[in-house]
Amino acid sequence: MPMFAVLAELKDGAARKITLEMLAEARRLAALSGSGSVGLIALGPMAPEEAERLAHQGADRIYHVEGEALAGYAAEAHAEGAKAALERAKPDTLFMGATSQGKDLAPRVAARLRVGLASDCTEFTLQNGDLVARRPIYAGKAFGRVAWNAARPRIATIRPNTFTPLEPDSSRKAQVEKVPIGPVKARARVAGFERSEGEMLDLTEANIIVSGGRAMQGPENFELLRKLCKVLGATLGASRAAVDAGWIDHSHQVGQTGKVVNPTVYFAVGISGAIQHLAGMSSSRTIVAINKDKDAPIFKIASYGIVGDLYQVVPLLTEEFERALKE
Amino acid sequence: MNILVFVKQVPDTETRIQLKDGAVDTTNVKWVANPYDEFAIEEALRIRERLGQGKVTVVSLGPDRVKEAIKYALSLGADEGVHLKGDGVALWDPLAVATVLAAAARKLGFDLVFTGKQGVDNDWSQTGIILAEFLDLPHVSVVVGLELDPPAKRGVAKREVEGGAETVEFELPAVITAQKGLNEPRYASLKGIMAVKKKVIPEWTLADLGVDPASVGEGAAAIRFVDFSLPPPRPAGRILEGEPKETARELVRILHEEAKVI
Repeated sequence: MPMFAVLAELKDGAARKITLEMLAEARRLAALSGSGSVGLIALGPMAPEEAERLAHQGADRIYHVEGEALAGYAAEAHAEGAKAALERAKPDTLFMGATSQGKDLAPRVAARLRVGLASDCTEFTLQNGDLVARRPIYAGKAFGRVAWNAARPRIATIRPNTFTPLEPDSSRKAQVEKVPIGPVKARARVAGFERSEGEMLDLTEANIIVSGGRAMQGPENFELLRKLCKVLGATLGASRAAVDAGWIDHSHQVGQTGKVVNPTVYFAVGISGAIQHLAGMSSSRTIVAINKDKDAPIFKIASYGIVGDLYQVVPLLTEEFERALKE
Repeated sequence: MNILVFVKQVPDTETRIQLKDGAVDTTNVKWVANPYDEFAIEEALRIRERLGQGKVTVVSLGPDRVKEAIKYALSLGADEGVHLKGDGVALWDPLAVATVLAAAARKLGFDLVFTGKQGVDNDWSQTGIILAEFLDLPHVSVVVGLELDPPAKRGVAKREVEGGAETVEFELPAVITAQKGLNEPRYASLKGIMAVKKKVIPEWTLADLGVDPASVGEGAAAIRFVDFSLPPPRPAGRILEGEPKETARELVRILHEEAKVI
């Protein structure tokens, strides 16, 4: 009876959405494999009502690892906690979030157990009972399907916003097992957090993104895009050209050396469409391009486009959206 | 301070990826040092310059062509380079790669280790962190700011996370994986480029490193690629031309009323 385990990502004791997304996929694979079960591993402080909620979201069995060492995030301590839970649960597969924390922790766990890790997966299939993961490579210019050797558990990190959480089922119950761990030597530990500009969602979580490129000509013109973002509830992005020119911080960069994004709508404003930029955004559901040059490569992948001067078009769009969304 | 920088050679980000015989076709690829590794190299050079002493050694694993990436780092100012011969190593498997890199690190000795946060080819984002585990070191990944206190053997790093930045306090030695934004990499000087011509880059085999080939070969790989594919082409779009006022109005109508995505 194979177990698909999920390592919960907790923030202030509550599971983040990625945890529910992973539980949904674990549930699907457990059902596909016949008599599979779904385990959940929680490391460190967790709110008392969370176990019940995670049961409703698909967990059959919860391994809650507790100990002083897990008070704040430290990769070495969390890896030890994960190892302790995995020794109890003995799952065939472990899912972790392809988030800042999951991507930091998963390689530690994989190395400690000497098992294979497939990062940033977006699709899973079972072939004769064996798991195969699909994942983007070259920032999405291509895809590779990955299989594991016989070592268990197989570990995969899952890209956020890929799977949809299950409708909670309040009849579901999970057995909770406490796993204590002792002190752990952790020589790197998170000591603080600093929120970045504004109240915008992170690019990787955004539903709508408005990105500016070389044609923005300077930092001041990004104000035009910030206004449009505000009306749309969008997150501000940028091309490498704009970042390298120093007009906007790198955390806004979309592309092969920036963020890989997949929003519902992506606005490319004054972005010609270099290959490394297209790699990072071409899986967006709808792409809207605004560019003066009608031969710009961005129009080749755009769902909709306006050939025109962004300094005229963007304020007009902002106005029109404001009106349309008010109605 | 003895600083090691592990550099990977990857296809230039302007490369159009194509498949041939079921694999990524690298025939006409322009190979470059991995963009994130450039920030790692730059940070190592700046630390050496700030301290006024120390040594920066650049190490790359792979076929002979990776010597170009090493030479590039040397032209920027790295002191020494070592080429780890990739023959028989499962280069797609981060566990195998990190096993070889860890052996090289032990042989070279170190006070601080840098890698890029990920290679922009396979995008695993694993090798630097696995290397830390194998060397029994702490790590900080996706670093955009770094302050060191070498006498106290401590440091503070800023790492990029969703919606902001985390501060991480760590002990030295450590592995740092560099993110864009950590610094502004320099360009090679003519003097630097000329000086490289005289440098000898030693080649180390698995035997030189004392690594059992069976432990890092294809047979030992924990993961493997089954196949590759390209994203499907996007259908042709509707491109509006004409008066800005009309095109803007029409686009909003389409997105709001027709496609209903906004």
